[in-house]
Amino acid sequence: MKERAQLLLEIADDELILGWRDSEWTGIAPFLEEDVAFSSIAQNEVGHARALYELAARDLGTTADELAFDRKPEEYCCSELVELRLPEWERTIARHVLYEQADAERLARLKTSDDAELAGLAAKIDREEVYHRLHAEMWAERLQAEPRFIAALDELRPLVDRRKGQSPELAELWDEMTSVRRSQPAGTTW
Amino acid sequence: MIYEVFRQERKGQAFQHAGSIEAADERFAESYAREQYGRRGESQALWVVARDSIMRIEEFVDELNRNYHRVDGYPLKEKLKEARERAGTAAPRDR
Amino acid sequence: MEQREREFLEYVQGGGQVEAGDWLPDEYRARLRKFIEMHGNSELMGVLPEREWILRAPTLQRKLALTAKVQDEVGHAQLIYRVVEDLGKPREECLDDLISGKSKFHNVFHYPTKTWGDVGVIAWLVDAAAIISQKALLKCSYAPYARIMKKICWEESFHILHGRDVILTLMNGTDDQRELVQEALNRWWGPLMQFHGNPIEPEQDPMFVWRIKSQGNDEARQQFLDGYVPQIWELGLTVPDPELRKDEESGRWLYTEPDWDELMHVVTGHGPKTEDRLDLRRAARENSAWVRSVLLAA
Repeated sequence: MKERAQLLLEIADDELILGWRDSEWTGIAPFLEEDVAFSSIAQNEVGHARALYELAARDLGTTADELAFDRKPEEYCCSELVELRLPEWERTIARHVLYEQADAERLARLKTSDDAELAGLAAKIDREEVYHRLHAEMWAERLQAEPRFIAALDELRPLVDRRKGQSPELAELWDEMTSVRRSQPAGTTW
Repeated sequence: MIYEVFRQERKGQAFQHAGSIEAADERFAESYAREQYGRRGESQALWVVARDSIMRIEEFVDELNRNYHRVDGYPLKEKLKEARERAGTAAPRDR
Repeated sequence: MEQREREFLEYVQGGGQVEAGDWLPDEYRARLRKFIEMHGNSELMGVLPEREWILRAPTLQRKLALTAKVQDEVGHAQLIYRVVEDLGKPREECLDDLISGKSKFHNVFHYPTKTWGDVGVIAWLVDAAAIISQKALLKCSYAPYARIMKKICWEESFHILHGRDVILTLMNGTDDQRELVQEALNRWWGPLMQFHGNPIEPEQDPMFVWRIKSQGNDEARQQFLDGYVPQIWELGLTVPDPELRKDEESGRWLYTEPDWDELMHVVTGHGPKTEDRLDLRRAARENSAWVRSVLLAA
């Protein structure tokens, strides 16, 4: 059971941190229609994280919120790709494109898992990700000739599979993410 | 480009105009219409069409009051009264 | 007032509605567009005080709810600016005027959000005040605006519930959490009382005369107090106005007269956070100008 939990945490942490980063665009995206669309993507990512944490929480005897918030930064297992704060639209879209590709492959593997619960959840998430992929492709096509987009892809591609260390950016994000929660004793309801 | 969005709330209902979005092309229009008018699953279906493709018709001419093909062209009360009197019958509710 | 204008006025005062392509008196069109533009500006600026807390939301549920709420507000801005555009003013021009300070947005969005308590109070009470105004716009004489108000009001209904949920959870929690709510309420009460505008008689209010609004400012404020002061008091919270009470005879709420000078000062661009927030909008817009160019280019 612990092995499954570890796998779940890796994906959940990816989705949580990416969702957190993507949600930073809500209200300040390049234009209003895109703002609304991209915010849905961010919410879906956090929603996926929640579903994955809930499954892991059962295995580990805890709750989704505790897994999402109450671990130390060094305990997160996300890819370095998702940890970066990327306030430039070309880098955000480059990450979006790279992440969706890698995630599609990961989900395809999980859907064939012998673990029915895991396979089932992967299939559900995959069905939602269809729209994320379409969105990423749509933007990739539009920006394919833009030098800054190409540069961003080159910059971020090496980070996709890097899971070893944590960037200082994650510690900073964790600090802000947990500031309200840490202001009261563990177990306080919000 | 402006796209008009029509939404159907439940199967069988008419599509109603819901609003408009600005998008660079059809792919973006689809993505944005989905989000603005369907992210809560509040629509059964959407029709999205470029505003330029919509023909607007607002002037209707009826100078000669063509009531021969409308219900208001057939006031029968008087004729029916006369016909009943001739036949010596009363209106159904008077019997 | 010329004949055609007079007929138009009678028509809208009798409950008639008009569409984008109809003949509109110049005064009506100008006032209408300015009013709707200010609403769009307010939705867009309203995003900024809440955005920061999306990042600090203390549970996954709150994170999702707050992101969705702010997303709705962006969506409302989109709907509203489209109506303004169809009245002849392009969105980019509206954004130019907002950023330069030429056009206005509602007072409440010029103030800082300092704690998680603010997040609750805003969603519960500021949104409640806004919904009262918005419901009065459902019968707007300008039909395209009335129609989008339906969608806006429907979406706002979850905002208030979310706000109430946050507040109730805090009130049922620790002493510190309860203090967060009271402290936030103390800061927001002044702006809330000013929100519906100064006490102008409906017949003197052009917005009401042209039936753009179907309710006077004071009436909206009374409705707010009627609906929400009991909700505040029943939680054991206090309102920082010793004069606040309902006069049983008249059925009207009495209160300390709000500071109308402060309201004027704030909406003309001198609120505590006005400068910062407009700067943020300006920067975001400049940094993403290239994206809009790329999309136009195809």
